[in-house]
Amino acid sequence: MIVRDMHKSILPKRDQNVKAVIECKGVGIDFGGLCAVNDFNILIKKEEICGLIGPNGAGKTTVFNLLTKVYTPTRGVMYLNDKNTKSMNSIEANQSGIARTFQNIRLFKNMTVIENVLVGLHNEENCGIFESIFRLSKYWRSEDLLKKRAMELLSIFGMTNVADHISSSLSYGSQRRLEIIRALATRPSILLLDEPAAGMNSSETVELMENIKKIRDSFGIAILLIEHDMNLVMGVCETIGVLNYGVLIAKGTPREIQNNPVVVEAYLGKAKE
Amino acid sequence: MHRFNWLLIFSQFINGLQLGSIYALISLGYSMVYGIIMLLNFAHGDIIMVGGYIALISILNRFGPFISVFFAISGCAVISVLIERLAYRPLRKASKTSLLITAIGVSIFLQNLAQLIFSANGRPFPASSILKNNKMRFGKINVNSVTIITILISIISMLLLVILVHKTKLGKAMRAVSEDLESGQLMGINIDKVISFTFILGSSLAGIASIMFCCQYPLVNPTMGYMIGMKAFIAAVLGGIGSIPGAVVGGFTIGFVEIFVSAIGFSAWIDVAVFAVLIIVLLIRPFGILGRRLTEKV
Repeated sequence: MIVRDMHKSILPKRDQNVKAVIECKGVGIDFGGLCAVNDFNILIKKEEICGLIGPNGAGKTTVFNLLTKVYTPTRGVMYLNDKNTKSMNSIEANQSGIARTFQNIRLFKNMTVIENVLVGLHNEENCGIFESIFRLSKYWRSEDLLKKRAMELLSIFGMTNVADHISSSLSYGSQRRLEIIRALATRPSILLLDEPAAGMNSSETVELMENIKKIRDSFGIAILLIEHDMNLVMGVCETIGVLNYGVLIAKGTPREIQNNPVVVEAYLGKAKE
Repeated sequence: MHRFNWLLIFSQFINGLQLGSIYALISLGYSMVYGIIMLLNFAHGDIIMVGGYIALISILNRFGPFISVFFAISGCAVISVLIERLAYRPLRKASKTSLLITAIGVSIFLQNLAQLIFSANGRPFPASSILKNNKMRFGKINVNSVTIITILISIISMLLLVILVHKTKLGKAMRAVSEDLESGQLMGINIDKVISFTFILGSSLAGIASIMFCCQYPLVNPTMGYMIGMKAFIAAVLGGIGSIPGAVVGGFTIGFVEIFVSAIGFSAWIDVAVFAVLIIVLLIRPFGILGRRLTEKV
């Protein structure tokens, strides 16, 4: 079983002593005339599990796309591990410690489960073309090491027995889990999960909750998740942000959010006088 | 009724293999580039012409056969990387149509540039200074040595490609990017490097094919790449564009169809037959023989 801090030793040096894993100050983006996200401020500390909720179309996934630099923000500044992300593209953002999953699963469908994880480990492979073609000992050493690491990661969700299956043949829940593993393989300091419980039944969701906590503990990373399943959000998150029409309308602990009249209004509408 | 001529059939089979392996090598380039950036790289056919001219010039300048072949292959790789950098990379985020028109433009540019430099007249290719064509006899069958060497080298190149794509870091990245470019990027894969690598692989194979083609049909002219490129493109579509085994299957299919049609005495109908096969296959399997059914992305 996973022991606390088990995977921590593999984290890159960058994660030591940073003030905040992610800090956004006044971030916003416009699509043409539409202001999708405006004045978004958030601070996520090391090893914090943070939830992002809000009605459909509130801009939650847009925030993820901004953080991973799929979109470039129109306004504001973002810091990733205390580094300004202004000039980064999504490759550099990933290398500076951010990894994500997608709302609609985007695995490499025709590759096997272990190959998907190995792609995540891509940047750790230091074997040249020449060595790989001629199968020099360096190739085998690096191959063994990476395979071992991939299996270790797969064991988090007990998926080692399906390592050689084609990823699209897995069940929906397993594909979601594999996507999380693939993201973890890139050694992030923060993991963004876009509706990780979508399409899961209630017992799978409970299991996922346990696993999210386990991942935080054993990897020592922060997690930001978008979710509609309130049991999951309230059960696992330490802080929650509520987005409505692209604006963060509330921030706080689960209890504070549940009792916040502004949030209730955003979800259910205003009570008639 | 006269007896079935097995010898004739066998030697035509070998010819089909030879032509098919040339088409396969070229269509791999089309297919790989399409798989990565969804671009029908029509300039790929003209890379063959470039390879032919580089080999021709190197031989005329008394470089040895090995060095000439090396120059031709690496020249093709360099030119195609340049094309990607200068013409396709700035348009990475533009619409697919703009990219396609650019590819056709690059193709026309290369043909006209070659015409300016070398004139429109074809030049004989000194095939014998690269590969001596000896008649080889296997029992009752006569085979040209060029034919055998073409087939062998093509098969070796394809095996090497399979190893490259399945066993190396860049190959793995290539397969990942071809399935989902954006999530590949979010995994920290440097897509610029992967795309350049793909162009280098595809055009090196085209360079090899170009030497093989010129040794069999020893005439180099500025538009030689057009028709052979078109046929290889058809081969890629036939096999399922974006699929590496598909390109090989498509290449050999087109090669065999051409040889079969000319063997039964309709050599004027070769192109008709090739396009007819394409139409029939696409009517039955719109995504090609080994192609993936494209699913709508949400």
